[in-house]
Amino acid sequence: MTSGVEAFLEGVVRTATPLALAALGETVTERSGVINIGLEGSIIAGALGAVVGAAHGGVWAGFAFGAMCGCAVAAIFAVFAVTLRADQIISGTAVTLLALGGTGTLYRVLYGSAGAALNTPTLGPMPVPLLSRIPLIGPALFAQPSITYVLYALVPAVSWWMYRTHSGLGLRAIGENPAAAIAAGVRTKRVQFMAVLFGGFLGGVSGATLVLAQAGTFVEGMSAGRGFIAIAIVVLGRWNPLGAVLAALVFGAASALQFFFQATGSSLPYQLFLVFPYALTLVALAATRGRTSAPAALGRQNLDQG
Amino acid sequence: MTETLAFVMDMLVHATPLIVAGLAVAIAFRAGIWNIGADGQLIAGATAAAWIGVSTSTEIGWLALPLALIAGAIAGGAWAAIAAWLRSRFGVLEVISTIMLNFIAIYGVSYLVRGPLQEPTHVYPQTSSIVTGAHMPTLVAGTRLHWGFVIALVLAVTAWWVMRYSAAGFRIRASGANPFAARSAGLINVSRVTSVAFIVSGAIAGIAGAIEVSGVTFALYENISPGYGYTAIAVALLAGLNPLGVIGTGILFGALETAAGTMQRNIGVPATTASVIEAVVILAVIAVAQLRVHRATSVA
Repeated sequence: MTSGVEAFLEGVVRTATPLALAALGETVTERSGVINIGLEGSIIAGALGAVVGAAHGGVWAGFAFGAMCGCAVAAIFAVFAVTLRADQIISGTAVTLLALGGTGTLYRVLYGSAGAALNTPTLGPMPVPLLSRIPLIGPALFAQPSITYVLYALVPAVSWWMYRTHSGLGLRAIGENPAAAIAAGVRTKRVQFMAVLFGGFLGGVSGATLVLAQAGTFVEGMSAGRGFIAIAIVVLGRWNPLGAVLAALVFGAASALQFFFQATGSSLPYQLFLVFPYALTLVALAATRGRTSAPAALGRQNLDQG
Repeated sequence: MTETLAFVMDMLVHATPLIVAGLAVAIAFRAGIWNIGADGQLIAGATAAAWIGVSTSTEIGWLALPLALIAGAIAGGAWAAIAAWLRSRFGVLEVISTIMLNFIAIYGVSYLVRGPLQEPTHVYPQTSSIVTGAHMPTLVAGTRLHWGFVIALVLAVTAWWVMRYSAAGFRIRASGANPFAARSAGLINVSRVTSVAFIVSGAIAGIAGAIEVSGVTFALYENISPGYGYTAIAVALLAGLNPLGVIGTGILFGALETAAGTMQRNIGVPATTASVIEAVVILAVIAVAQLRVHRATSVA
């Protein structure tokens, strides 16, 4: 039974990793007052980019190209939502549609109409000596693909930057009180643009993780709403980096439950488990009502007015 | 029959769910509700219509059709009501909740057509065919065009009249345009008005699904909606959220999807290209609108 629980916990961290990466990036984006609904688009673009990159230069080229593709999609969103100050929700929805359709089209153009199962090299688990021997949580936390360790390093780095540096303060100021930030000389559009790009970068890495650390192939629409779940995770994590990762673990558990129940031969319909993360998102958002810790200017279109 | 006529008829068949779902999106957006969930509401409506279609007795004859449409409206409205309630009671962003509900609807259908609603031989993941009494009558003999297209036109004109001339329409527009002003100056219960508009929007999307089942597919199966609810956003925005305009943009996108299907069959252009075009249309519309705003403010 111990091995069953260990396998479950290992699955939790594995499925949580891409969600946490995307949510970490979106946390930074939202702290600047921009909600990027197009995150889903960055994730799917990152997944396709990973396949293309890995085919040419191996796993790490896959991650690099995936991140660039995620960034590129976010840049389209930023041009509309930040530069032109168009509605963030509409811009983000359009960018998601664009990326879902565009990746589907490109994939068929590049790899044939049948969408032949294309296998990419993947990252195997990389156990950390000693730490991975800790009973129960050792394998879950320290016998993961290396991208999970990148995530571990990113969380304190992003926290430190956001709460301890001058530019991090500028970012948070725009999200909380744009008028004050403008008065203090923060270049709002530029900071917001960069914050969106950072979110897209990690969105791309998240999509690349789906391909290079999990599926080993690209499937049309394989992001499967993870961008939107990540946005819910940001809310649940109270807009801070560590909170986002912890909330992502909850969702990782929801997804990993299906493997657990399948292994135990449950007679419940499998769709019930597939629905679980989506239903959990609804419940979690309802439970975190009274969004007091949301950046005050989140989603606001015009910063100079009030 | 000429090929052109066949294309036009196909185009109008494709346009029907897009016009109806486009109306649903237009009404919600006018109320300031970002209903991205027309797809899930449409699927809920299709499911309810199919359920009526396979479970009613043949003795009730043509009454099965209005029953199926009403059931579709109720199911679509109920599906939207979940998101409306989460929004008004808990402040849950409807963009997220409606998208989650889209996924839940898709898996729900997947369960139903492999479980309780599967056809009796249990071979195919779909329901049996609906009774003929629930079939939408053909509009043009010898073509696939059905009366659902007329229903779409009637709904569009009705929605236009309600939004433009009725007190309810005014309250919806006021709540969407400036909720604070509507609340303080207009004695409008904004939360209530937007919730009702949200549910009506879902009901209309549900009717779109019911029409699709009773007029085109005659059964429920997975992928019953190839993303109609998302295309509907482009349809509504390109029409400037005007219900009458939705007729034109719905037909335009119906033509686009018909052509995309033909291109995929004949020259191998992936049909996913259609959603790229939709996205570009949405982005172009908002870019033009924003550039106009910028010019207006910089002159003033």
